[in-house]
Amino acid sequence: MKKLIGILLLLAVPLAGVASGHAHLDSANIDLNNKEALHKGAKYFVNYCMGCHSLQYERWERMAKDIGLTKEQVMDNLVFTGAKFGETMKNAMPAEDAAKWFGTAPPDLSLIVRSKKGGPDWLYTYLRSFYLDPSRPFGVNNHVFKDVGMPHVLWELQGLQKARFRTEKDAEGHEHEVFEGFELVQPGSMSPEEYDAMVRDLTTFLAYVSEPVKLKRQHLGVWVILFLVVFTVLAYLMKKEYWKDVH
Amino acid sequence: MSMLTNLVGWIDERFPLTKVWNEHLAQYYAPKNFNFWYYFGSLAILVLVNQLLTGIFLTMNYKPDATLAFGSVEYIMRDVNWGWLIRYMHSVGASAFFIVVYLHMFRGLLYGSYRKPRELVWIFGMLIYVALMAEAFMGYLLPWGQMSYWGAQVIISLFGAIPVIGDDLSLWIRGDYVVSDATLNRFFAFHVIAVPLILVMLVFLHIVALHKVGSNNPDGIEIKKGPKGNRWSDTAPADGIPFHPYYSVKDIVGVGVFLILFAAIIFWLPGFGGWFLEPDNFTPANPLKTPEHIVPLWYFTPFYAILRAVPDKFLGVVAMGAAIVMLFLLPWLDRSPVKSIRYKGPIFKTWLVIFVISFIALGYLGTQPATPGRTMMAQFFGVLYFLFFLLMPIYSKMDKTKPVPERVTK
Repeated sequence: MKKLIGILLLLAVPLAGVASGHAHLDSANIDLNNKEALHKGAKYFVNYCMGCHSLQYERWERMAKDIGLTKEQVMDNLVFTGAKFGETMKNAMPAEDAAKWFGTAPPDLSLIVRSKKGGPDWLYTYLRSFYLDPSRPFGVNNHVFKDVGMPHVLWELQGLQKARFRTEKDAEGHEHEVFEGFELVQPGSMSPEEYDAMVRDLTTFLAYVSEPVKLKRQHLGVWVILFLVVFTVLAYLMKKEYWKDVH
Repeated sequence: MSMLTNLVGWIDERFPLTKVWNEHLAQYYAPKNFNFWYYFGSLAILVLVNQLLTGIFLTMNYKPDATLAFGSVEYIMRDVNWGWLIRYMHSVGASAFFIVVYLHMFRGLLYGSYRKPRELVWIFGMLIYVALMAEAFMGYLLPWGQMSYWGAQVIISLFGAIPVIGDDLSLWIRGDYVVSDATLNRFFAFHVIAVPLILVMLVFLHIVALHKVGSNNPDGIEIKKGPKGNRWSDTAPADGIPFHPYYSVKDIVGVGVFLILFAAIIFWLPGFGGWFLEPDNFTPANPLKTPEHIVPLWYFTPFYAILRAVPDKFLGVVAMGAAIVMLFLLPWLDRSPVKSIRYKGPIFKTWLVIFVISFIALGYLGTQPATPGRTMMAQFFGVLYFLFFLLMPIYSKMDKTKPVPERVTK
């Protein structure tokens, strides 16, 4: 019997670590408690992303409260559309026109971090993986999201990079290209370190937006578990008392 | 106190309140040797109640409409007070339900709880399991994410593999040529009222049947056939103890431990790394864009793997159905002279281990994209899965069993 349970547990181990089998993702290493990163991320988002992408499920007011900004700070510095404080973070671009311009309407980003395997790591790597590719309509492709419709909006900050591929033959003699790395061919206004830090802040902000309650639930969970532990100990003592009759 | 006694007396003249209380709780004698595996029945009821209550509150804010459904779930997660907690309790509860039910069923397998005279207890239990699968499948469409949509599309199209009537049947189920608003509306109706009603009625029948024949135990001994008389009653089985208070207080400890684990997942890992909430389901359903891998949630994957292992689509559907039918037949497949694994011989134990490994392996393979190698593995484990059942009449009979004691042990 004990052996049986042991075998079952052993079998469960490989199940726990199922790999996704895609392009390697760099660790975003974000900290949702980092208020400064959240503030900067919000600033970058409204300045660089919000022209095309909305956050239709996130309210300005909720964001201000959660990341520690006042109504004035938000309305004066972040809201460019004339939106009210209680409204959601919609953008001004009509979806139909957007679809015409980009081939597909830029998606709402409220849940972008939650909807990708790898979560924040995916977004962090994606925004750093645009490379020059003349065959694409905007002249860039993306190593994480092949043939993406989005242009490299942040190129002025990052600069432009080329991707290096090498051709390899596999065991059956089929040729395929293996990604080797990026090479900066035209520097941007930021150094690579500054750009990585900026993308990390943006990722932190969008990770917060994808589940605003995340920090709260983790704090609350501690109290719930503490209560349940006390409850279970008392229940166990009660059981022991009653079961004296049985033995 | 006398007022309460009077009230109970007044009710008892009109309704068998005390009688039901005694028959099912205070004077229901359960074997005194229940172990760890016997917590999962009461836990299944707890999770059922959790699903019903959280479901009611979700229904108050959810919109069964293809253009609004996805947004209404996010509205629950962000704007409804405590909506996130209720939603996570419901979504984690769905997976918890299957974990608890699988362990509960495995208990039956270990101790032969399906054997005579408990065949109907087992059949009702299996019907609950089937209803639960329908409930989970239809509930999973409601958030209207990519995996909701495409999962439903794939599963409903399976009915299309049935010869002659298949296409019309899947059209009838969807109410449209593709999964659409019509499908969402009817699945909502089934998920919130039709199937829960059936579930609750089946649970009632499961318990009525159980209390008619009495609970089995880890020794597989019929305590009703043993000596009579214990400290509570002269006519009750000597090895029985009143369910209430002894097992009610014991089950509360189980509830505490379960809730600690349940809360840990809800508060720290509600998506359980993609196993309870898949990342793809946080993208709204898009009928024009098929996701890379369409996978059902983990609790369906053993059967999904069997389906994919068979090259012919229709025969695959038949094999998948047969995999579930096998479980229904267990009471008549097991011919061993003993019930419990404690007294069964090495052949049965070996086959049980093979079955468990096959079930878990199939479950894992069902989550992975199919490759020729994996399909072969699924065929291998699928055959073992069926052999466990089909050969049982032979090996359970020829196995060398140990003598069963007169009275329950420990």
